[in-house]
This record gives sequence, structure tokens and C-alpha cells, in this order.
Amino acid sequence: MATGPIDPNFKAPAPERVGEETGTWSHVIQNLVYTVDHKKLGLMYIGAGLLFFVVAGIMALLIRVQLFVPHSDFLEPAVFNRFFTMHGTAMVFLVGMPIIFGFANYLVPLMVGARDMAYPRLNAFGFWVFFFSSLFLYFSYFGAPGLYNAGSAPDVGWFAYSPLTSKAFSRGHSTDYWSLSLLLSGIGSIATSINILVTVFCLRCKGMTLGRMPLFVWLFIVVAFLVIIALPPLSACQIMITMDRYLGAKFFDTQAGGSAVLWQHFFWIFGHPEVYILILPGFAIASEVIPVFSRKPIFGYPIMVAASVMIAFISLGVWAHHMFTVGMTSLGNTFFAISTMVIAVPTGIKVFNWIGTMYGGKIRMELPMIFCIAFLFQFLIAGLTGIMLSVVPFDWQLSDSYFVVAHFHYVLIGGLLYTIFAGIYYWYPKAMGKMLSHKLGLWHFWLFTIGFHLTFLPQHVSGFLGMPRRIFTYEADRGWEIWNQLSTIGVPIQALGILFFVYNLIWSYYKGKEAGDDPWDAWTLEWACTSPPPEYNFEKAPEVRSRRPLWDLKHPEDPDWKFE
Amino acid sequence: MSTAEATSDWKLPSQRKVGMISLIITESALFTIFVVAYLFYMGKSLNGPYPYQVLHLPIWASFALFGSSVTIWFAEKALHKGSKIGFNIWWLITILMGAYFVYFTAEEWYHLIYKEGLTISTNVFGSTFYALVGLHVSHVIVGLVLLTIVFVSSLRGKLHHDHHEHVEMVSWYWHFVDAIWVVVLLVVYIISLNY
Amino acid sequence: MRRVADMFKPLSRPAEMIHDISVLTLLICGVIFVIVTVLLVYVVIRFRQRPDDDGHEPPQIYGSTHIELAWTIIPILITVVLILVTSRTIGEIQNREMPENALKIRLVGHQWWWEIHYPEYGIITANEIHVPVSDRDPEKARPTHIVLQSADVIHSFWVPQLAGKTDLVPNKDNEIWIDPYEVGVYFGNCAEYCGTQHANMLLRVIVDTPENFQKWVDNQKAPPPPPTTPLEIEGERLFFANSCVSCHKVDRTVSQGVFGPDLTKLMTRQTIGAGVAPLTHENLWAWVKNPQDLKVDCYMPDMQLLPKEVDAITAYLETLK
Repeated sequence: MATGPIDPNFKAPAPERVGEETGTWSHVIQNLVYTVDHKKLGLMYIGAGLLFFVVAGIMALLIRVQLFVPHSDFLEPAVFNRFFTMHGTAMVFLVGMPIIFGFANYLVPLMVGARDMAYPRLNAFGFWVFFFSSLFLYFSYFGAPGLYNAGSAPDVGWFAYSPLTSKAFSRGHSTDYWSLSLLLSGIGSIATSINILVTVFCLRCKGMTLGRMPLFVWLFIVVAFLVIIALPPLSACQIMITMDRYLGAKFFDTQAGGSAVLWQHFFWIFGHPEVYILILPGFAIASEVIPVFSRKPIFGYPIMVAASVMIAFISLGVWAHHMFTVGMTSLGNTFFAISTMVIAVPTGIKVFNWIGTMYGGKIRMELPMIFCIAFLFQFLIAGLTGIMLSVVPFDWQLSDSYFVVAHFHYVLIGGLLYTIFAGIYYWYPKAMGKMLSHKLGLWHFWLFTIGFHLTFLPQHVSGFLGMPRRIFTYEADRGWEIWNQLSTIGVPIQALGILFFVYNLIWSYYKGKEAGDDPWDAWTLEWACTSPPPEYNFEKAPEVRSRRPLWDLKHPEDPDWKFE
Repeated sequence: MSTAEATSDWKLPSQRKVGMISLIITESALFTIFVVAYLFYMGKSLNGPYPYQVLHLPIWASFALFGSSVTIWFAEKALHKGSKIGFNIWWLITILMGAYFVYFTAEEWYHLIYKEGLTISTNVFGSTFYALVGLHVSHVIVGLVLLTIVFVSSLRGKLHHDHHEHVEMVSWYWHFVDAIWVVVLLVVYIISLNY
Repeated sequence: MRRVADMFKPLSRPAEMIHDISVLTLLICGVIFVIVTVLLVYVVIRFRQRPDDDGHEPPQIYGSTHIELAWTIIPILITVVLILVTSRTIGEIQNREMPENALKIRLVGHQWWWEIHYPEYGIITANEIHVPVSDRDPEKARPTHIVLQSADVIHSFWVPQLAGKTDLVPNKDNEIWIDPYEVGVYFGNCAEYCGTQHANMLLRVIVDTPENFQKWVDNQKAPPPPPTTPLEIEGERLFFANSCVSCHKVDRTVSQGVFGPDLTKLMTRQTIGAGVAPLTHENLWAWVKNPQDLKVDCYMPDMQLLPKEVDAITAYLETLK
């Protein structure tokens, strides 16, 4: 593509935008189906994730309508139970995982100065396996009817405890749709994570030692390691439960000496690292956005790396804090209480470091930063309720109650989703070449934030008042009504916020301000190419000497490599 | 951006090695769960047959599998020296020894199912045994497929000195399968024979 | 009636122990919350980019070992405190020695009702646990020790004002103890999703004075009065002729069914269907007519009874007191 003598800069003229290479729809679709380009696949992952976000969100809306008043008959119990199962399963596996892998896919090769991921075809495979698994899960609504009232979508909760999932208690095929679709999506996640690891270890551009990589990349190494270690236990669970259900195996058959608790151990050995897999990318995004919008480098880069590695390592040893009520010995309970409390320390350190980055800076209140500030506040709440849950006796009251529901929604919405929003407002200009509208973004932010707190803050109280999870209705005089009503009212407000967001995404693609290469005056390599980048990313492989190569270019009198 | 101070040799780890190591890590995690399940359920079957009644230490099969790790190493050395014939011979022996292992497993299972009445649904021992040993032998079969692909490439004259690392990665996978067998041998055929 | 099961109004020793450590935890977390939020708000306001900003970048600080140490050590200290109080409370609750006079109960969870055995008295009942009141003074206390089992899937016993929750796991005996200080009715729920009607697997613990408890025990052990009116007699005949007895048991009769609740003293209970409706004549009639109307997907099927058969059976059931 280069014409003439070698260009000393490593950017190329802006290509036509995604989907505009040729004119026809069939070309667009073929383009997407055949692509192995990490940027297109990244956008496809994020697009699919956002689509399922809306679907699973509608399920949540219906759940909350049902719970608005006691003894509501808006939804039948079986329908309600399928909704909360599908909502949870979809949000974790069809929204959270693809969106984080989408971000990784798009940005990691750019940030390390590579041309693409190490295994582009494996990348495409990972996406299509995930996409098939998502359709497979939802196909259960059509494909799974079995015996009388025993079919349709899975209704066993997103963690599908034994023996509720045995053939005896889950007739029909609904549970199988759950386990097989997750087995598939797990394969996709593992494939993508291996890709990330090989890309980061083996394709970094010249000068980019591990100590000079953006924190975003470091966090994704950690995430990828967690995936390759923690997803196999989930696959093992699915294999075992399917063997139990179809080959008469006795893994979880309590009548044959099997253990129901063993499922819980194996599942949470996956499940706890999974929630760190989900939140660490949020940390990755925050670690890129906060410095740029505070106009300072991240405070304590080496500690941030060390804390992230520690969090991952410890997260492999806390799983039974989901099982404090199952009847473990006091020694077992104490061990897991300790490990869970210990993990709070590096997590807290990261929060302080982000605040330390902002301290003494010049904070630009653009939308990426606004979402990150809200993230910090909300993640603080989430972390503190997590500490409360780690105090085992407190957990004996709060486990399996709405307090836990409030806790993890503060983590996943207040934490992860907000950083995803921040990341989208931050990198959309890079991917699309247009800025997202600030005004529409503010509507999105305020509506969604008000709605979010209105929905989930009261749930802490209903938990304190004894309201268990996963109940399709409740009695009138338990003191739960007002909290449920407030909670439900928040949902349409959030939905309105999302509508503004979706509208912003579409409107800005056509009418947004031209972004240029580097609209935020940032410092990492992805801002060195055009917006959007050409297919090959960099015309000439970059060479870096510090953690902020673009800062060095922009401030030759004060480069980072003199001080790091 | 570097100007005068150009970075010297920029050495990054080999893609193939990092990829294969990642694969081995993830498969190890999978095997670990099945090993833990097997250990957890030792002695917990409510009815027989029990391990001590029906399991026998598979000496020849283990010899074949471990031996194949040695022969694959000879094959690699031959390739490194440029000896295509040497490579082919040792590689073929490796495949045959691996195939013998699979044959042994089939024989053992036939005996267990039809003569001893131990199936996956008989008791927790049966479930965990077939799951773990089955997971392992399926990985042996995948390994044999990989070995055969390499062998056919070599016979067609497509294998060169430059493919040293490709062959090495297949051999790493094969060694991994062997290492898992060490664990399975220990847990299933030595420790659980007490139950 | 303590319908509002507020964990911060404990009325039993384990719930009190939990309450104390919970309040401490809330306080610690509250202080942390205030400090960090104030810090965050301060930083956002103080270091905002001003409208008249000159465009110069602020000092590029990379970190500070001292500050890092400070905000590592303080959280570690807080963690140590929490670990110590947590381990102590865990032991105090889980490893508590029961006195000789503790009442022993065996609770078996079913989809979607509770089966309660009093082995010392030979009583089997359902959905309501009667216990004698205990005393705040440990010398005079008479706690109740409950062994938790399950007949099918995992359930969880949760009566917040009396104790934290513990699961009922098939093939695993768990245990819990309560030590209620005040007479009254305490409300709880099954707290582990156990299938379609998990929401309607409700629980009542009725704490009686020792005298009333003994009266209750005596009544439970005594045979129910025999049916007298023709309708009741007809109902009894139908009850035994239909397959009611394959699931239900009435003491001192030929019925041996254990799949459903023991009905011997049905009328001494406050609700039907494990709390799904109060036990009134209308609700009992409706349940016998078609339980699926009150608790869809429960395991008692529509018995396809004619209304006059329902009249009779209901009349018979109403003698079971």
C-alpha cells in the first residue's frame, strides 16, 4: 500500500469505513462472515453483546414488573423462573464475555503495535462458536419442550445447582440447552484467551517490554490466564452433568452416594474467577481512561500490575465464599473468609491508585471520564458490600437474599457496565472515525445512573428484611413492597437511558463530529493510526521507548523514558 | 519514539511455544477437575464392583506410552541431524506404541463392561473412572491424529529442517499426554486400589 | 406475628451474635465509604480542568512508595481485625455445645414443603415448627437443635430473627440451633432455589411458653377425634378409598404415605400448602378441589373430585385436630 519513499510516520491514509468498502449488502455480510480481522471481529463481539444486553434487559424488566406488587400474576412461576435463569446466563456469557473479548480483540493488537492477533482464523472461530452458542441457548425457547410442563428454556438458575438439574427434577431438555451452549461458549473463550496470550507475549513491537505495555494489555494477560485456568472446570461440570443426565453417571446423584455439594465446588471454582474475568477488563478500561482525562500517567504502574496479578491469583482460592451456608466446617468457612477478605486489599489499592492518578491532575469531564468517576463510586459500594458478605456470620443472613443481588449488580452494572460505557465513548471515535454526541451521552448517563441506583440500592434493604432471591412472588406484609416498587420504577428510567445510548451510537455514526486520529490527546499506540485504522493497523511497525510512546512524540523535551 | 538509541535484538518468545504451553495449561486445568472428582469419590461407591476387585496395574500399556515419549525424542533428534529415515522410523514406532495404548484401553474397557459389569452408570467409581480414563485416552487419540498428520507429511517429503519447532510442539503435546498418564496411573491404578 | 423478618431485630442467640458482628462490619464499611467518597468528591472538584485553563499538562507524577505503603497497610490492618472477629463468631455459632435439655428436631426439606420430626416425642408434622421459648440467661436456656436433611433438591432454612441460614442438602446432614427469647410466630422462607414453587415454600417457627409447648406436644401425640357427622364419615371413606393415602398419612390409620405432608393434626396449622394460603374452610376446600389453582406445579395433582366429594373430604380433614 505504501507509495513512494518510506514514510517516517507510521500511519497511513484513512481507509473507507467499516461496511463501506463496497456498496452492496451482500458484500457487507460476506465481509463480516469471512473476516479474520481483529478489529471487525472485535466490533462484531461488542455488537452481539449489546444485542443480547437488550434481550436480557427486557427479561429483567419483566421480572421487575412481576415483583412490583405482592402476589402478582403478571408472569407464571415457570415463566418467571426461566426469565431469571436466562437473564443471568445471558448477561454473564452472552453479554459480559463477548463485550470484554470484543474490547480485547480490537485494542490489544493495536496497543502492542501488532498487525493482528497471533491466530486470526482462530479468532474468527472463537467468535462464531460464541455466536452459535448464543443462538443455541435462546433456541431452547423453541426447541426444548419435553414432557408436560417440563421443557422450554432452562429454569435452574444461572449456576444450575445439583440435584435440581438431574433428570429427575429437570425433565425435558431445557437444562441440556444450558449446559451445551455454555460448553461451546467456553471453548470460544479459551480460544480467544490463548490468542490474547500469544499475541501479547510474542507480537509486541520493538521496545515494548512487558513493563512498557499499557495497563489495559496487562490486565488482559491476567484475564486470559484466568480464563484458560478457570473455564475448564465449567466445561468439566457440563460434561459431568450431561453424563449424569444421559449416561446414568453418578457424579451428582445423591441416591448413589454422589455429592450435590461437589457441583457447587466445581462450579464456583469456575464461577468466582469468572466474575474477576468480567470485572478486570473494566479495570483495564478505567486504567486507560482515567490517566488520559486527568492528564497524568497512571499512579503506581508497577503496583497496579502487581495488584492485578495478585487479584487473579487469590481469586482462584476464594470460591467457597459462595457456599458459606452449605454446611462446611468452621475451618473451611474461616479459610474462605480469610482469602476473600485478603483479595479486598489489592482491589482497594487499585481504587486508591486511580484516585491518586486524578489527584493533582486536570480532570476533563468528558463522557469517558464521567462514567469512570461513577464507576469508582459504585464499585466502592460494591466492594464494601462484598466485604460484608465475606464476614461469614453476616453472610449467613445475607446469602441467597436480595442483598447479594444488589451486591453483584453494583459490581457488574455499576462497575463493569459503566467502564464499558466509558470505553465505548472513548474508543468509538477510533473505531468509527466520529465522536459520540456529548449531549446525548449526558442524557444517557444521568437517566441510567438515576435508574440504576433506584433499582438496586433498595434491594440491599429487602435483603436485610429477609427477602430471598429467585422468588416469583412474595407476601404482602413482609415489609418488602416499598423496596420492590422503588426497584421496579428504576427500570424504565434505565431503559430510557439505554435508548439514548443506542440512538447516540447510530446517530453519531452518520452525523457525529469527525474524530481525527487522536481526539482525546492520548498516549498509547492505537491513537497513532487513523480513525478507523487501516486493515493492517500500522504502515511501519512502531518502536517505543516508554509506556506512553505518543507522549514522548508530543513532548520531546520531557519524554517518559527519561523518568520511568 | 526511538531515534539514536535503537533497541538491540528484539527477542520475543516463540508463538508456537506460547500457544502450546497455553493449551497444555488449559487442558491440565480440565484434567485436574476429573482427577479431583475421582479422588473425592474414592471409597464412596454404595455398591461394587470396587477398584480393588477389577483394576490391575497396566504395566505393558504404560511401558508403551512412556516408551513412546522416548522414541518421539529420538525422532526429533534424528530430524535435527537431518536424518529423514531415522525420523520416519522412530516417529512410526511412536505412533504404533501410542496405538497399542489405545488398543489396551479398549481391551480393558471391554473386560470391565462385559465381564465385570462396571459401566459409567454402575456406581460413582464407574462414573469417575470412565470419565477420567476416557478423557485421557481421547487426548491420546487426538495426539495420534497429530502424529499421523506429521508422519504423512514426512512421507510425502514435505517435512524439512525448518519444521523443527512444529514437530517439537506435537511432541510437547505428546509428552503432556504422558505426564497426565503418570497422574492417572498413580491415582487410579495405585492409590485407589486400596478402596 | 413477626412478619417483618428484620435481621437487625434478632430475638435468638445465634441471630444476636450475627447482629453484633454485622453492625461492627457495617460501621467499618461505613467509615471507609465516607472517607473514600469524600476523597473522590474532593479530587473531582479540586482538580477539575478550569474553563480558563492554559493547556499546560500538570506535573507528571508516576507514583509514591510511601503513599502506596500507607494505603496498603491500613487496609491490611482492617482486614486482620475483620478476620479475627469473623473466625471467633463462626466458631461460637457453629461449634456451640448443646445442653442436655436442648429440644431435638429433624427437619426434612421437600419440594415445596417442610417435614418436621420430633424424635423425642414421636411426632411428625409439617410446615410449622413449634419450639419452647428459651432464656437469655445461659443457665436457664433451652435451645432447639435442628438436623437439616433433604428428600430431593437443595433447600435452605432461613428465619432471620432466629438464626442465619443453613442449607438442606440431600445425602448430607447439616445442623443449626436456635435459642428464641420471646414467644411469638417467626417468619422465614426457603432460601435456596428449589424449583417452580420455591417462592411458596414458607416457614413459620412458633415459639411457645413451656406450658403451651407441652400442651401442643400432648395434642400432637393424642389421636384426632373420630369423625361423627355423616359427611365426615363419608369424607373419611373417600380419603382412604382414593389415592390420598399413597402420599399422606394420618396416624393410627392404615395410611402410610410419606411423599406428602403428614395430615394427622392438619387443623392445628395456620396455613395450607406451606404458607401459600391461610388455613380457612374456603382455602382448604379449594386445595382439595384442585391444589394446582393455589400452587401450580406442586406435586399434588388435581384429583378430579366432584364438589360433593370435596365437601366430604374437607369435612373429614377438618376433624384432624
